[in-house]
Amino acid sequence: MRRCPVLLFLAWAGFLFLAGLWLFASGFLLLRVELPQHSACTPSPAPATALAMGSCWLPRRFARAVLVLVDALAFEFARFEEARPRPRPYENKLGALHHLAATQPHHARLYRFRADPPTTTMQRIKGLTTGSLPTFVDVGSNFASYAIREDNLLAQLVHNGRRVVFMGDDTWGGLFPKMFSRSYFFPSFNVKDLHTVDDGILQHLYSTVDGGDWDLLIAHFLGVDHCGHKHGPDHPEMAKKLTQMNEMISSLVDHLENDTLLLVAGDHGMTDTGDHGGDSEKEVNAALFVYSKTPLFRAGPPKEPETVPQVNLVPTLALLLGVPIPYSSIGEVMADLFEGDGDAVTAALSQLAAYHVNAKQVDRFLDSYALAAQDLPGNRLQQLKELFTAAAEEHAQLLAQVQEGLLALPELEAQLGRLRSHFQHYLREARAVCTTSWARFHPFRMVAGCALIAASCLLCYIASELASALDFYHHCFYSLFGGLLAGALLGWAHGDLDPILVASWVAAASQLGFFWHSWSQRPRRIHLASVRPPVASMGLWQRLRAWLEPALPLGILALRCGAMFSDSFVIAESRVVPFLLASLAMLWVGKLHWDGQLSTPPDAPKQPPGSLSCHKESRPLLGLLAALLVCLRLSSLFHQCRDEVLHCQPSPCLAPLSSLRSPQVKNLCYLLCVASLVGLVYAVRRWLRHYGNLNSTSPLVLFVRWGFPLIAFCIACYWAVTSGTEDTLGKLQELVQAALVAFPRAVYGLVATGLLLVLWKPVTVFAQDNRAAAGPIVTPYQGAPSSQADLLHVISQIYRRMQESLNSRLEGGSRWAAVAAYGLGSVYSAALIITLTLLGFFLLLLHSERMSLSFLLLFLEAFILLRLHVSAMSLAGEAEPFVVPWNAVIAWVLATAQFFYSTGHQPIFPAIHWNAAFVGFHEDHTTHLVPALLVAANTFASHILFAVGCPLLLLWPFLCETRGSRRKRLKKDPQDEEQEPLMEMRLREAPERFSAMLLQLGLKYLFVLGMQLLACVCTAMILRRHLMVWKVFAPKFLFEALGFVVSFVCLLLGISLVLHVDCAVSAWYRQLEPR
Amino acid sequence: MKDTEIKKLLFAHVFCVVSIILSTVIPSFFLENFSVLGTHLTWLCICSACVTTVNIFLYIIVKPNPSSKRSSFAHKISRFLKCCIYFFMSCIVFHGITVLYGAPLIQSVLETFLFAVLLSTFTTLNCLCMLGPNIQAWIRVFSKNGAMSIWDNSLQITTMCSIVGAWLGAFPIPLDWDRPWQNFCSEV
Repeated sequence: MRRCPVLLFLAWAGFLFLAGLWLFASGFLLLRVELPQHSACTPSPAPATALAMGSCWLPRRFARAVLVLVDALAFEFARFEEARPRPRPYENKLGALHHLAATQPHHARLYRFRADPPTTTMQRIKGLTTGSLPTFVDVGSNFASYAIREDNLLAQLVHNGRRVVFMGDDTWGGLFPKMFSRSYFFPSFNVKDLHTVDDGILQHLYSTVDGGDWDLLIAHFLGVDHCGHKHGPDHPEMAKKLTQMNEMISSLVDHLENDTLLLVAGDHGMTDTGDHGGDSEKEVNAALFVYSKTPLFRAGPPKEPETVPQVNLVPTLALLLGVPIPYSSIGEVMADLFEGDGDAVTAALSQLAAYHVNAKQVDRFLDSYALAAQDLPGNRLQQLKELFTAAAEEHAQLLAQVQEGLLALPELEAQLGRLRSHFQHYLREARAVCTTSWARFHPFRMVAGCALIAASCLLCYIASELASALDFYHHCFYSLFGGLLAGALLGWAHGDLDPILVASWVAAASQLGFFWHSWSQRPRRIHLASVRPPVASMGLWQRLRAWLEPALPLGILALRCGAMFSDSFVIAESRVVPFLLASLAMLWVGKLHWDGQLSTPPDAPKQPPGSLSCHKESRPLLGLLAALLVCLRLSSLFHQCRDEVLHCQPSPCLAPLSSLRSPQVKNLCYLLCVASLVGLVYAVRRWLRHYGNLNSTSPLVLFVRWGFPLIAFCIACYWAVTSGTEDTLGKLQELVQAALVAFPRAVYGLVATGLLLVLWKPVTVFAQDNRAAAGPIVTPYQGAPSSQADLLHVISQIYRRMQESLNSRLEGGSRWAAVAAYGLGSVYSAALIITLTLLGFFLLLLHSERMSLSFLLLFLEAFILLRLHVSAMSLAGEAEPFVVPWNAVIAWVLATAQFFYSTGHQPIFPAIHWNAAFVGFHEDHTTHLVPALLVAANTFASHILFAVGCPLLLLWPFLCETRGSRRKRLKKDPQDEEQEPLMEMRLREAPERFSAMLLQLGLKYLFVLGMQLLACVCTAMILRRHLMVWKVFAPKFLFEALGFVVSFVCLLLGISLVLHVDCAVSAWYRQLEPR
Repeated sequence: MKDTEIKKLLFAHVFCVVSIILSTVIPSFFLENFSVLGTHLTWLCICSACVTTVNIFLYIIVKPNPSSKRSSFAHKISRFLKCCIYFFMSCIVFHGITVLYGAPLIQSVLETFLFAVLLSTFTTLNCLCMLGPNIQAWIRVFSKNGAMSIWDNSLQITTMCSIVGAWLGAFPIPLDWDRPWQNFCSEV
């Protein structure tokens, strides 16, 4: 088992996770690209006709509209049937709608209003205003806020000089900042509160309607929805709430004027338990009611209410109010509302005009979308294009014929009807294409992805248990390759080579190969195990105990995973993680004490009977525990806030220094930051010097000696420049701008140089060779010793040789041939530590100045954890220092999560530090790659550092083997009997074991990360109907998934770095041999 | 011998439990507006005082670990003082640990401290009564094979359960159920 298989196996295990993740994400995350274009009044898509003032594209039918949005108004709520024998609490409550529709059939009508999933309120509001199908991730949207950037109905109204008044749910305030001429927002967050929003709206509604300084009035009632969440639909409270809505509607109708259109709509329905968010029939079935005091419809109402997709509201309302249809709308106008009150032909013509405008706008949108993204299938778009051209040509011909008066009435009517159905067909097909691509969960893919991740976790666990059986992996690879091949074939046979499906087939098949192999090898292993004496002699109880050994840390891990299933715990995770880490550390130490390893046994010699004395190591252990707790507490000073948490103040350290007013405080903070930087450099150099890695003259050591202070200096200068106020230094402005770019770039360059040096020559060993030169004493000379010069040459050589042998004899017997190598015992860790420090500098630069304190804390806590791990191991008397216990791995992963929060991050999009993209760049990014990398590095700083540093968990116990001893020499001579501390060279004594244990560590780390990921994935899948899914769980899933990918890549890099150092050390030995 | 010990133990524990229950019930007859959730600070005080007296009382009556040698009065006084100091120190330590576990530092410091006192009465006071101010003995009892008598076992179990209970008490803090008792939890 050498280096390559380790990396291959780890990469394969990671690939399994990634394939599962990818499969899941393709089923869960609905993706759509947002287009930045906005529709304009001119050029109009309609043929040029004289339009009245204030109308765009088509003459407007209404001057004003009132949109009453009753959250979660399901169709069943709005339907009224007098014949019902025993109406349920939610039935027959909206009598006003029924009354209007029955007495004024040409003025009022009820529709089924089909919402598109995801049926969460925010997504629905987006859909109801943009006329598109918002998905969870609308690429191109501004993540820093929730504001809608896409073209929408409100923006069109405002652009065309209309006034929009809003009252109700405060979500709208975030979505449409500065759009409303007047607004009354009420808090929507508390689902238990049924009345605040509704009563607030009712206070203002009628007076605003009467006041008349508005063109569109939106009132968003939340009571029904909250009542559903709290009590469910089948509850007397719901009856009360709906009755209140009924009264509201009937009195609102009395306040309306003739030029006003009233729309009462539900944004989504609700399930029998009152939830929504998914795509079940009950959730998507909402109600829409239209009413106006002037007649709207020519014909009477149909028997069964028509079904209208929710996106149809936007084009309809836009054209009725005489504004352009928003650019990305894919809705179809509701033809009934465009008939007007002329004869049949005029009505059909005006309907056709609306359809034509609508179709032209959809066609334009599809063209632009196809340019911006490739997720709509090309052949379908081609078909759509053909449909549209045919219909548009037919329309033009028909119009020409009508103008010339060529057609007789019945034929004309038939043609008009046919053309209308063509337009309808086109628009519906277009919407269907978009829907299939944007608005469907794929439950099968989600379940399969989940299963794949779960199986990968199991695999990591089994493989890490088996890693000590060394020969296992050699055989394993054959079955893996078989699996890979079979999977690839299967994926290929499955059809059109969807990369996601191929990857998952390959993953699943190779996984099966592994499980089959480990199962078939089982009898042999049991046989091997029974041969081994210690296991055989173990009793049942002891074996059970050995199984229970990792139960405590794994229990903590289970708690952490379980906490992800509740939105409250996800919101409070920044406090949950330190709590769990502290508990883990306490349990760790407590268990040591419980097992009696902290105190020497009472029957030890020189102890008075009855009294126990503390073990020598136990005091530092307690000190470390206390220090860890203090670190955990201090790290909470750097937290960012989520907007769900009320009364939360984000840490003042997150703000840049330039935001500080008082110059004294600013200077003090600046000095503190610089001090932490200097402290970091000093600590690392001190550590390296202590282990003797600072003596050699290799370029890397020189870089550590001179480059580190230089980097720190550059960072300090950069901070000084950024924290200065803007307006001072008027003349030096250009210089300051240059410095703002130059210093970070210098740091990037230096860090890159350092990393390259680590890759090139990672060995920081100083060797002193005082062996005798081997070979003949006298260099043979050519020819006869004729000349005087030759003779002199030989004599001097003989003399020198004699002197050397005398010297060596005087120095004492056995040491005549030794190489003193300083820092060989810590050569692996030194390379890792140097890399980590370089990465730390880079990441620190991307954060705001005062976060450097948090980074210092990070390094300190990692150090404490390592020390704790070492002393726990030495106290437990672990016979096997190669095996890293679960405690340490889980603590390491928890610390990762803890510092994700303590570097000022939260798993929500508005909390991402976007300004990291402009450190060292002056708002002139040509590609998206660099800013994306910088922001990712900023966000996942702790993931990167802890994952790269993960191999330290394996190395550290060897390092501390000889604490206090100053002799770090390695004897080359096998005759040397004196026992020298070997430290990390022990690893080289058993290279097979070393790589196997490195693999085991990697697998354990992956397992713990994978379990967290699995919990997140399950949460997102199970709770996809939850109220909070798009606000809490889905972002959490995204961050966790990205964090997993980053951690995995960095883990692989860290382990390959260690293996690279191993190669370099071998080369160094070889170089030593022939001398 | 064993049976009488068990009886004594049962007696002591029943007494303790009754005292806790009484401490929640009785004060409502004397104090205006007393309720465990509403005036939790008062309740914390009363409960710790109650448990303390009951414990000391029990210790005097039952004498779980009767020491053979007679000691002088001065010795007894010094023992008592030592106990007091230990108790106070344990309060401080518990307070510190609670703060390190995430309790607010300045805000509601009184709650945190009273919680530490309560926890100390449940744990340290028991230890002091049973084992005296003798750290070595404590260390012995709280390890795997350290329990010598049934009293030691009961001490182990009660102390562990108190600490685990306090730890579990932190779990409902983040939940958003808006119940009044959550305020109570947040200081536990």
